[in-house]
This record gives sequence, structure tokens and C-alpha cells, in this order.
Amino acid sequence: MRTALTKALAAIVGPGNIGTDLLAKLRRSNDIEVGYVVGIMESEGLERARALGVEASAGGVDLLLDRPVLPSKVLDATYAKAHPAAAPRFAEAGIVAIDLTPAAVGPLVSPPVNFRDHVAAPNINMISCGAQATVPIVHAVSSVVRVDYAEIVASVASKSAGPGTRANIDEFTHTTSRAVRELGGATRGKAIIVLNPVEPPMIMRDTVFCSIPADADRDAVTASIERRVAEVQEYVPGYTLRNAPQYDEPREQWGGNGRVAVFLEVRGAGDYLPEYAGNLDIMTAAAARVGELVAREKASVTA
Amino acid sequence: MSSNGSQPDDSATGGTRRPVRITDTTLRDGSHAMSHQFTEAQVRATVHALDAAGVEVVEVTHGDGLGGSSFNYGFSHTNEIDLIRAAVEEATQATIAVLLVPGIGTMDDLRQARAVGAGIARVATHCTEADVSVQHFGLAKSLGMETVGFLMMSHRTDPANLARQARIMADAGADCVYVVDSAGALVLGDAQERVKAVFDEIGHQAQVGFHGHQNLSLGVANSVLAFQTGARQIDGSLCALGAGAGNSPTEVLAATFDHLGVTTGVDVGGVLDAAEEVVRPYLPRWPKADRTAIVQGWAGVYSSFLLHAEHAAERYGVPAHEILQRAGEAGYVGGQEDMLIDIALQLSQERDLAATGAR
Repeated sequence: MRTALTKALAAIVGPGNIGTDLLAKLRRSNDIEVGYVVGIMESEGLERARALGVEASAGGVDLLLDRPVLPSKVLDATYAKAHPAAAPRFAEAGIVAIDLTPAAVGPLVSPPVNFRDHVAAPNINMISCGAQATVPIVHAVSSVVRVDYAEIVASVASKSAGPGTRANIDEFTHTTSRAVRELGGATRGKAIIVLNPVEPPMIMRDTVFCSIPADADRDAVTASIERRVAEVQEYVPGYTLRNAPQYDEPREQWGGNGRVAVFLEVRGAGDYLPEYAGNLDIMTAAAARVGELVAREKASVTA
Repeated sequence: MSSNGSQPDDSATGGTRRPVRITDTTLRDGSHAMSHQFTEAQVRATVHALDAAGVEVVEVTHGDGLGGSSFNYGFSHTNEIDLIRAAVEEATQATIAVLLVPGIGTMDDLRQARAVGAGIARVATHCTEADVSVQHFGLAKSLGMETVGFLMMSHRTDPANLARQARIMADAGADCVYVVDSAGALVLGDAQERVKAVFDEIGHQAQVGFHGHQNLSLGVANSVLAFQTGARQIDGSLCALGAGAGNSPTEVLAATFDHLGVTTGVDVGGVLDAAEEVVRPYLPRWPKADRTAIVQGWAGVYSSFLLHAEHAAERYGVPAHEILQRAGEAGYVGGQEDMLIDIALQLSQERDLAATGAR
């Protein structure tokens, strides 16, 4: 039985735009209570947290680990370079780390795809925005038919791509294509990201192409995709199919395979981040989802 | 300064010492018009002819750059690394250049291209997104390559902002930054004022280039204006083979600059022969300003969208030029070829809806 009294205590590290959006989402949670927000310098983000009555400090991870009551989980929204240093300290303190940076210290997790495999992991990585938006679909297809090759194209508004992403765009390509293979279940994977500066900013769009066998049961593939979209909608309501999945006939150039193309739109919830930044929203929503699932798991174990 | 192609005076990093260096991109931008089906034999014959005609830089890559072979842009017939290797083997004086679009290709791809002998890295971004190229320039320089920055769809931003973006690339290590008219949408003064702004910003530390398309038939005219405004590197393709209505034809550029008394090192007769005898026989169709291509220049649409729009048009039974018109209105940028299918689906749904309503 879960009640407000049994909410798990969590902390957010990194009070930037992502951290603030996470806080907004977790304040609606029945499973998690955010007790602390920490950064490494005074910032508007800390002020925003305090305004919501959350204890917020510029004392960083040191201060967090020195609290009389430790959180059972942290959500790390800092940088790829900062997380590896903090990760062992969280682990030592018995705190589950949900990592929104590209550091990938722990296993890559997409909630509807493989959370069950990593229920007890001390550190969970949220991969990339493109992976959160597309890997569930690749997996939905590969659960029904063999996928020799999957390719995803993520289009995001320029305004929603921060300096970290821009300075290391290859990291997106590598991490996302790895997730397309390892989690998505495609034998080979490719990821493409396009930044578009149009005004007003474009809502995140993702296209997923999967090769499928010539004799694939298209109705079964479509049904699997539609079920998966509904599962993602549970935590990202603005995750929608723009059109029905599109099937192309087999071609010699595709190794005799046919192709399914899935066109997605990811509209954010507009909690703190703007609606067009679905790429950022799906990261915070997926991280919040993982936090809740971990909390429920722990609650059911201790009950 | 040498007046013929015998001096390898562009091989040192830092750009060209000639008044104008023509970079031929038949085997890269032309790859779009070939649906990326170049064979090694075609690449060898083309490089051989360009090299013999004194063209000093020959670009060889999938049309969308290294790593472009994909569902979204079209799979290559022959692995581009094999084509680059063949081009390097064939060239006696020419340097082989490769294109890299960060977000599509990666630094690993560039290392592979360098390992088979590519000498120039051309790093392309949308005209407002130069900061995604910084690490790629750093790698290219550390690999000892000459570097070019490629600001695509330059009509989409104003000259002052384009200059700021060029500054980012020059500071990251670009030996030259190109104003790239990917949509063939710049009309004379539009091209000139962008080249001028970029030249004023980076001219003391890097060269300026211009890459034109023929959608409004102004590729060569814009190139001459770019030269008169300070550009030293100019792109062309034999028989205009390239995206949209094609590129500024290399043979027309060579003849025009020769007419103006500007030394490019290119033998006009040699490139005329290369166009007529080597490229023309393998042209799937001669690129021309037909309705769909003109709409690209008119609406400012990425030229490489042409064949993809035609395929989507055929598949969904809607007009290609309407797809491209919508792509222009939506502000789609290079790389978003998937959106053309999305637009075609929308158009076909609208058509079906209209048909239902009429009943």
C-alpha cells in the first residue's frame, strides 16, 4: 500500500533547465518526494527550487551526502564529465543514481524496453533524447520480426540543443546507435541528428526506419508499434504517431528486405521546458518514470 | 604564380595560392543526382579526366557526406571509402576532398577517409549551427588535413549572422569558409553581400569560398560575383551533375574565369572533354531547371530534396513541387529528407479529404 507517507526521498543534482523540469514533474509524483536540489554555485535554478519549498544548496554532492537523512535516489542532471566522479560516492552511500548525462556509467535504460532487467541496478543511464524517443519503436518491431538494420533520424529545435550536445554531437550518434542495437534489438543501427533553427521552433520529430523480412506480418508489426506508443504515452502524453506506419516493398538494395517507417512527434508537457523541446522533456519524463518504478519496486519489497 | 596545373601549390594546408581554385564536386554533390550509385570505374574515369585537366581538388563522398549511406538519404552502390581510395590512387596532382556533416557522419568516418589518403576535410553545417563542427575541425587539423567550413543554406540567415558563424569555423581551424547556396536561392547581390560579410570577418585569417546551384540559373554568375568580392575557392560539377537543377558547371566556371583572365590552373579544353566524354555518358538525366527544381530555388529548399520528393510524389500520388513548396514553408533543413514522406502523406490525406467533401 503506497501513501503519501511512504514516498521515497530523492535529490536532484544539477539545478539547470533539465533539473528544474524534473522537479516540476516529480512534484506530481505519488511515489517520490524531492527533498533536495543541489548545484555547485548559486543559481536561478536553486532559487526556483527554494520558491517551491525544496531545500536547495550550492554545496554540491558533498553537502548532499552530509545530510542527516540521505535520499534513496538521486537524479543527476549535470554533465558527462561530472557524473563519473560522483557515481561511486552515490553507490557507496547506497543511493540509486539515475543519470541523465551521457556518461553511461550504468546500463542504458529505456523504461518500456528494459527497465525490468535493471530493477536493482545502482546506476541507471537514460542514454539520449533520440534513443528515448526511438528505441522503444525499434524494440517493438524487433519483438515481432527480425530487424537486420534500424536507422533513426531525430530532428530537434536548435534552441533545445545545449552547448554540451553541440560540442560533442558524435557522442549522440554513437550512444544512440549503440542503444538501437543493444536495446532496440537491431543487428546494425544508425543514428542521425539534425538541428533546425526555424521560428517558431519545431516540435521534436523522430523517424524510425527498420528493415523487415519480405514476408513480415505487417499487421502484427503495426499492432506492436501502436501498443508501444501507448506505453510511452503513459509518461510522455505528447508522444504520438504522425501517420500510420508506412511499409515499403522489399528491394534488392536492402538485402531483399522490406522496410517499415514510423513517423513520430514528441511534444513536451511544458512543465518548465517549452513544449517544442520534446527531446528534453522525454529525457526528464523517462528519468522521472524510472525513479518512480524504482521507488515502487523498493516499496513492494519492504512492504 | 603558375599559369598551368603543374605546380602543386595548393597541397600545403592553408588554402590555395591561386587567385581562384576550382573544387570539383561531381563525385560528391553529383552523387545525389546519381542516387548514390557511383561505381568505382566511373569514379576512376572522372578523377583521371579532372586530374589531367589540372583541377586541383576533387571531392568524393556520398552526397550527404561521410556516413550518408542510409535509408534516409539512399544507400551507396559502392562503399565510399573504397571510392575515395580509388580516387586517391587515380590522382597524380589533385587532392581528394571529403565532406562531413556532423550529426550524419562522425570523426571515425573522417579517420577512415584520411587513412585511405583524403587530403581535405570539408565540414558542413546548417548556416546557423557552426558550433557543432568544432571538434571535427580539431580532428582534421590533428590528422594534417586542409580544412574547409561549409555553411549550408546560406540564404536562411542574414550576412551579419553568417559572418559570425564563419568566425566560429575559422577559429575552430577552417582554412576556408564557404558561403553555400544549397537551395540555389541566392540572387546576385544576396550572394555578394554574404561573401563580403564573411570576407570582412575572416578574410585576414582564412579564405572564403562559394558553392552555387543552378535552380535559378545563377550559379556561375554568383560565383563570379563571389570572386570579385574576395572568394578564392569556387565549387563546380561537370555537366552540373548535382542536387536540384545541378551545380555551377565546372566547365562553364573554367571557361568563364579564363575569359576574365583569372588563373585557375584548369585547362578549359580538358574539362570540356571530361564533361562531354566521361560524365555525359553516365548521366541519368542532364540536371536542368524544370518546375520542381525552380520551386526549390524560388522557395529556398535544400536542393538534395529533389529526387526524394520525386520518389515520395510517385509513391503517394501527389505533386513533387507541392511537397517541396511545403518543405520550404516548414523551414526544413539539409538532413530532414524523412520529412518529405511526412509531407507527401499529409498532401495525400488532404486530397482524400477534399475528394470526400466534394461527394
